[in-house]
Amino acid sequence: MRTLIFLLQKEFIQIFRNRTMLPIIFLMPIVQLVILVYAATLEMKDIRFSVVDLDQTEQSRGVWQRFEASPFFHLNSFHSSEKRAMQDFYEGTADLLIIIPSGFEQSFYRNEPLSVQILVNAINGLTAGLSSSYATQILLSVNQDLPLRLYAAQSGSQLKQIEITRRFWFNSSLNFKHYMVPGILVILVTVIGMFLSAINIVREKELGTMEQINVSPIGKVQFILGKLIPFIIIALFELALGLGIGKLLFDIPLRGSLWLLFSFAFLYLLLVIGFGLLLSTHSRTQQQVMFMSFFFLLVFILMSGIFTPVETMPDWARKVNYLNPFAYFMKVNRMILLKGSSIVDLWRDFLTIGLYAFLVLSLAILTYRKRA
Amino acid sequence: MEKDIIRVRNLTKKFGDFVANDQLTFEVKKGEIFGFLGANGAGKTTAIRMLCGLSKPTSGEMEVAGFDAYTQTESIKKNIGYMSQKFSLYDDLTIWENIRFFGGIYGLSRSAIRDRSKEMLTRLGIVNLSNRLIRDIPPGWKQKIAFSVAILHKPQIVFLDEPTGGVDPVTRRQFWDLIYEAIDQGITVFVTTHYMDEAEYCHRLSMMVNGRIVALDSPEALKQRFGSISMNDVFVQLARTGEKSS
Repeated sequence: MRTLIFLLQKEFIQIFRNRTMLPIIFLMPIVQLVILVYAATLEMKDIRFSVVDLDQTEQSRGVWQRFEASPFFHLNSFHSSEKRAMQDFYEGTADLLIIIPSGFEQSFYRNEPLSVQILVNAINGLTAGLSSSYATQILLSVNQDLPLRLYAAQSGSQLKQIEITRRFWFNSSLNFKHYMVPGILVILVTVIGMFLSAINIVREKELGTMEQINVSPIGKVQFILGKLIPFIIIALFELALGLGIGKLLFDIPLRGSLWLLFSFAFLYLLLVIGFGLLLSTHSRTQQQVMFMSFFFLLVFILMSGIFTPVETMPDWARKVNYLNPFAYFMKVNRMILLKGSSIVDLWRDFLTIGLYAFLVLSLAILTYRKRA
Repeated sequence: MEKDIIRVRNLTKKFGDFVANDQLTFEVKKGEIFGFLGANGAGKTTAIRMLCGLSKPTSGEMEVAGFDAYTQTESIKKNIGYMSQKFSLYDDLTIWENIRFFGGIYGLSRSAIRDRSKEMLTRLGIVNLSNRLIRDIPPGWKQKIAFSVAILHKPQIVFLDEPTGGVDPVTRRQFWDLIYEAIDQGITVFVTTHYMDEAEYCHRLSMMVNGRIVALDSPEALKQRFGSISMNDVFVQLARTGEKSS
């Protein structure tokens, strides 16, 4: 116990004395949180569209004016033929083309089937999907209004209709930031915890101080704890800082118990930092350990469901995610913050991560060799 | 100078096919300065690392400070000090913080750490530097401090692995004054070196060539046996025979 106190004292002095590490620990998360949450949004605004209106009537104008009125769409230009309009695609000035055939209004009054052609630039599949679904929604509303307008045009009075109202639970305004902040917090806390711990032991190896530790009577458990505890404290502080910023800047909801959140974060950090230490004890150079942790981080982050929902991943990927600590924390963090979930809903995740952490830490302690 | 503090029998270390230490057999007596002399790559560091419990022997027997080096490594570690050629205090800690840390992990009480550090800093004449970072201290001083920290917990033996590498002769001389002071405190010193002037300071020397001990005696006896006036001569003669035999 006394040895541990001396180890911790030394570790904290070194961390707070390091002029390059301090900004990384305390400034980087703020900057990342602000930039990433604003940038990594899946909402599309300013979809630029061009119009080829071959009908040029009140009813055909009614269609594209709906697009113009939408906050998501932005009118680029008019063209007299599809061929000309395609030019906008090639030049990259339009994301979407609306082509209205001639005789549109005529068909409308004759109560015949109507058609409008939408072309979407699909270089980026994700944005193409989004713009086309936005466009479809607008066309649907045009569609719904058609009989009303026909009736109104013919009889001069209004027709009653079922009105559909939707309510989105847990994130009622579909605020994308509320969804992203918890996810990005997970990344931040993990990156800080894993990198700091992974580099730490290797650095002592490179400097030669590791040997000095190895000839001393320090026990394996004490040594690993001495490295683990400081980084857990820093990462938990980081989480608190991030939540504070999220609350202040993005007004993220904190529906569940913070105690629960921090307890889970604690278990999770035991696991992640233990993993960093495991990599560190088995690497010889900082380069090696950086590449190793970078590899794991990248795979873990991209598979965790931060950007793409885990539900849409293929079966094997979902199975791999059983081993991905990120995926658990990502899920639990969102559930506690956005949904207010309690231990009743989360005990399985607590148990899994707890066991996982115990396994990795035991491995880190057992495979750390004081002599080669 | 009777009791053996280190006893080694047929100690061998192999890295794959390469035999780094071949059947080493020697004793170190309590209270003496025992020198391990040899060219670069002769196997000195390999041997010292095994004695300190940093590396596992391939075969052979080994006893340090009365403990078996296979089964009681942790007990050995409490009773030894170690300082390597790779300078090993924390660069980003002050002198005082290094003393406190190493004193602490060897189980010294806080008051003992304070007393011994005060005594040590006074002896070295650097009381006013105690809050200076190690990285801002000249190399010669660093080595003296590292040595003093290595014997802070008053170990029975201190292992020095080429402690004076890259240091000028004057500082080297001062360093050896510290070693003699340690001897006066009853600490046994085990030192590896390839400086011949240092070899003369040892009580007994073992000469290593290609992983084998080719001679072991006091500097005087060795010089007599080889009919030379300096250790340098003895060393060159031995190194040549080693080359022929291998």
